[in-house]
Amino acid sequence: MRIETNQQQPGEAFLSATGIHKRFGALVVLDNVDFAMGQTDAVGIVGPNGAGKTTLLSVLAGAFPPSDGIITVNGQNVTALSAADRCRSGLVRTHQVPIPFSGMTTFENIYVAAAHGDAVGRDEAYERVIDSLTLCGMLGVANRRADTLGLLDRKRLELARALATKPKLMLLDEIGGGLTDGEASELVTTILELRRRGIGIVWIEHIVHILLQVAERLICMDAGRIIADGEPRAVMADADVVKAYLGGTPA
Amino acid sequence: MTTIPQSIAHGITIERWTRASRLALGGVAIALVLFAIAPLTLGAGAIDRLTALFIYVILAAMWNALAGFGGLVSVGQQVFFGLGAYFTIRLADAGLNPFLSLFAAALITGAISLPLSLFMLRLKGGEFAIGMWVISALTHMLVNLDRLIQGETGTSLISLNVYDSGTRRVVIYWLALASMAALLGLLFTLLRSRAGAAIQAIRDNEDAATSLGVRVIATKRLLFVLAAFGIAVAGALWLATATTFQPKTYFSVQWTAYMIFMVLVGGIGKFEGAILGAVLFFVIETFFGAMGVWYLIGLGATAVLFSLFLPHGLWGEIERRFDLRLLPVGYRVKFSGTPDTPRN
Repeated sequence: MRIETNQQQPGEAFLSATGIHKRFGALVVLDNVDFAMGQTDAVGIVGPNGAGKTTLLSVLAGAFPPSDGIITVNGQNVTALSAADRCRSGLVRTHQVPIPFSGMTTFENIYVAAAHGDAVGRDEAYERVIDSLTLCGMLGVANRRADTLGLLDRKRLELARALATKPKLMLLDEIGGGLTDGEASELVTTILELRRRGIGIVWIEHIVHILLQVAERLICMDAGRIIADGEPRAVMADADVVKAYLGGTPA
Repeated sequence: MTTIPQSIAHGITIERWTRASRLALGGVAIALVLFAIAPLTLGAGAIDRLTALFIYVILAAMWNALAGFGGLVSVGQQVFFGLGAYFTIRLADAGLNPFLSLFAAALITGAISLPLSLFMLRLKGGEFAIGMWVISALTHMLVNLDRLIQGETGTSLISLNVYDSGTRRVVIYWLALASMAALLGLLFTLLRSRAGAAIQAIRDNEDAATSLGVRVIATKRLLFVLAAFGIAVAGALWLATATTFQPKTYFSVQWTAYMIFMVLVGGIGKFEGAILGAVLFFVIETFFGAMGVWYLIGLGATAVLFSLFLPHGLWGEIERRFDLRLLPVGYRVKFSGTPDTPRN
């Protein structure tokens, strides 16, 4: 099912999540999360391990449904839609642990995304793949089978594949993890280019200093809740955020 | 079907055919023509053997598409082989021309595989593999309940007797040849299409595929139904050559075992591999088939040795050593100025 692209009203959220709960058995991973953002926003998400960041991303992307709550994209309720259908309406994610199509080449990996993200003719799909390969610095490994790629290239492949779906909004899950400073600054350049193209970003990242080069808004999560949300420097200075990170308890 | 590589930008082209693959396609066309006129010179025995070869190629190509490209490993594909034969008997008994019945039966089997896919494709990995075997055993018992079949006594495709045996043999040979060519062409076109890329993506990682917009269940269903149809064609053709139908022969797991053998030895996940595997199986059977139990033990040992030492099969090894792709389904990026870039 394709979501109609309505003319977006200024100030209206492109992606919104209301009253999201996610429980795995007795374990509450997301506890009444509300979240909304415009189509071209750049939002960073930080928080200690187990805060529910990746789970929130998965629920937004449609990897699994929330136990409770509503998700809308462009004003349409997509809570019951699959990840594939959400991708086709412009919402795509990357995975924290890269999951390449191991038996296919880098080019073929990205071609799958280009040919399915938003059904197009073959030539346009090819062009999109070449564009993704170029932007993510992967032209040199285009013909390599994905199972021969190293970690850095696998991370780049996650980004390149997601980009080839021609997204309006990308949900990035720790694509900077394990990178050297040089690699991380290349990544920031790439993501700033995506921003320049008008693609919205939600980026979960532990490496705060690279996140802050992109994010205009920062959300801090802890124990399944959003504990701070706003201007990045203000959020980082917030008493609750400091406490969540340092594991302090109220005096 | 021939595509000139598309020029993109910066001197980059996407290659889908190579010089070798164009030659190979020409070779395939010549081989098909030679096979088509072969009955003029061949004896009855040779015609029957070649008919069996064509059926083996269909079986191997279908199982390879399902498991090698789609990741859907099934040990119950004999259910479609058996149903193809069974519905042929049923339709012919109802008065339909026996040759028409063959293909009508395959269509019915393909149609049945559609509702079957609704629940079978929810199973993963080993559950799917064994689940298909259970479905096959169950279907076998249901077919035995049909009084026309007379239980394990079986019955024959009697209506074929109106044709004299020479005509019958050659017509079945040509039908098998045409079916093989058409099914291989269909599979090749499918695997080279964007659905083919999606099929392989699902094999490698379903979560990644769905997150990139691939409709996983619909894509799997397409492949499942196509494989069911192709294997049913093979089963119906086998019935036409053998004329007798005993359920336990057709619903026997040995058919899937043969498919697995051909695909493992030839090269799983390689389009050329399944064809090569079928030819090898055919040759082995021709020379050693009369050795009974020792022949079966030999087949089993060969399959084990191949999966241990040549996991990509004979064709995988040839492709790796000589960088030879005769019937490529993939994509290769060519940079102008560099005549060739290695794949691996």
